[in-house]
Amino acid sequence: MEITTKEFKHCVMLNLNGRVDSFTAPQFSKAMDKINEAGTYKIVVNMSGLEYMSSAGFRALLATQRNCKRYNRGEVVLAMVPARIHEALELAGFTELFRTFDDALAAVGQF
Amino acid sequence: MRTVIYPAKFEFLDEIRDFVAEVARDGGFDDKEIYSVQLAADEAASNIIEHAYEGIADGQIELTCEVRGAELIISMQDHGKSFDSKKVKKPNLKVGLSERQIGGLGIYLIRKLRDEVKYRSSGTGNLLTMIKRKG
Repeated sequence: MEITTKEFKHCVMLNLNGRVDSFTAPQFSKAMDKINEAGTYKIVVNMSGLEYMSSAGFRALLATQRNCKRYNRGEVVLAMVPARIHEALELAGFTELFRTFDDALAAVGQF
Repeated sequence: MRTVIYPAKFEFLDEIRDFVAEVARDGGFDDKEIYSVQLAADEAASNIIEHAYEGIADGQIELTCEVRGAELIISMQDHGKSFDSKKVKKPNLKVGLSERQIGGLGIYLIRKLRDEVKYRSSGTGNLLTMIKRKG
């Protein structure tokens, strides 16, 4: 798993690449916590380079979504979600908790 | 039938997923089915590491894969604490963000992704068998 972040005026884009599982999810959590600690609660998780995500990654997303939406201060949105990962998110009932965008820059622009 | 013994550590999940994918691919399963086989195996192994071997550093997972006709049979034997997945409550997927449960999701996914899931617990550990049918 590899993570890079890019700051925009109103949000941060987190590019999530590779595989997220129980081994790597803590690192993913930490990266999102770091964005929150810096005072940004609007996050675009760009999944265009993501190959795999287990429920450990879903749980990390859920915890951050709760933190971001508190006091209406922000939101986590997902961009360019690969089909297999989208199917798994749907199975887990997560597609109702996250808005998804086909285009990463459109996701940035709506904030 | 192929069996590999893995240390019960999260860093081996990658290898576990690669192994089941290879057997599924050789058995003629398509990419979508292979992904779901990998996900179910990962969730099962993660549960063993997290729950059956909670507090135990040197546990092992004996992973056996076999393609029999149109069925892929994956079993995982551990020697950890008895863990009955039937007792894990199904997460309520209808509730909103604040009430959404963090736990139980892995087992829920395993049940959804497999055609058949069998679980046997004895004094010496647990045996989980998951069956996926082609097509």
